[in-house]
Amino acid sequence: MTQKKASLWKLFSTFFRIGAFTFGGGLAMLPLIERQVVETQGWVDRDEMLDIVALSQSIPGAIAVNCSVFIGLRLRGLPGAIAAMLGTMTPSVLVILIIAHFFTQFQSSTVLLRAFSGIKAAVIGLLAAAAFKVGRKAVVNRYGLVAAVCAFVLSAFKLLPAVWIIILGAVGGILYFSRRQGGEAQ
Amino acid sequence: MIFWELFSGFFKIGLFTIGGGYAMLALIQEELVRRSWMTPQEFVDVVGIAEMTPGPVAINSATFVGFRVAGIPGALLTSLAVVLPSLLCGIAVTRAWDKYKEARPVQMMFAGLRPVVAGLIAAAALTIATATFRYVEGLSGMIWTALIAGGAFYAVAFRKLDPILVIAAGALLGLILFR
Repeated sequence: MTQKKASLWKLFSTFFRIGAFTFGGGLAMLPLIERQVVETQGWVDRDEMLDIVALSQSIPGAIAVNCSVFIGLRLRGLPGAIAAMLGTMTPSVLVILIIAHFFTQFQSSTVLLRAFSGIKAAVIGLLAAAAFKVGRKAVVNRYGLVAAVCAFVLSAFKLLPAVWIIILGAVGGILYFSRRQGGEAQ
Repeated sequence: MIFWELFSGFFKIGLFTIGGGYAMLALIQEELVRRSWMTPQEFVDVVGIAEMTPGPVAINSATFVGFRVAGIPGALLTSLAVVLPSLLCGIAVTRAWDKYKEARPVQMMFAGLRPVVAGLIAAAALTIATATFRYVEGLSGMIWTALIAGGAFYAVAFRKLDPILVIAAGALLGLILFR
């Protein structure tokens, strides 16, 4: 275990920054979390990060919140989980409270709409980059290639909810690796 | 008691939605309309706003509805209610994970899951790309969108730029390039 110690304030402020720049829901925040949590702070390594992402999609709730709960728990237990979770939530709660006051002006603001079109375009690139980086590391054998392609097709064409795809992946992993290790042992 | 109803309503929304914000939307809508806290049309507006503001969609909608129904106390209550299931499940799963993560079947399971996560992220990229291109106006808008997306990909995948900078740059380019 070579986890760096994280102060509660550091957890809160790191996830505050992640929450403030997460547009487009769930997985769009993955590149941000990875950058902060894996590269900048060194709190978890990349493999653990992938496990956390899979778990985050398998339990109830928003992916970003689940991710912050898991990382907070790992680093500082329950207080850490609460600090990280509040950090993720605070920007969105503040922004919505402000917008709720100016609801109609906000809807017709073309300046914001234009800025948002640019953000959405950037988010496409960020997600593609995340898939590329994760894929390069995770797809290392035939099983990996088949699993990644199947997950992509099932999810992109909305054939199965994400949680079922993850359960299938878990079962597939156990079947594939136990058979392969059994073969090596003989 | 309106506060209890808000709390239990959003706790339920948090508890029964797995797989992230967009999966939550159908349930949120059903719950809100059933309790007549919001009309379907208002809900569409809230989703639009949630997409344009930072943070998870579930929290955005929870805060908005709580504020509409019971002011700032309502907003804080709904926002906490919707994340409480995450905290509880997170604690339970982490306990089990710490206990069994060295076990062979658990390691095989996660080895099997990692490529699946890559596929799911790629699918999310495609989903956002199709949704975005559908609403882009004109050929120049499409070209700019493609260029910004391509630039963002290159910057993060090969230049290791901070994604926060890339998003800020995307907002700025959007202001300049789109109309």
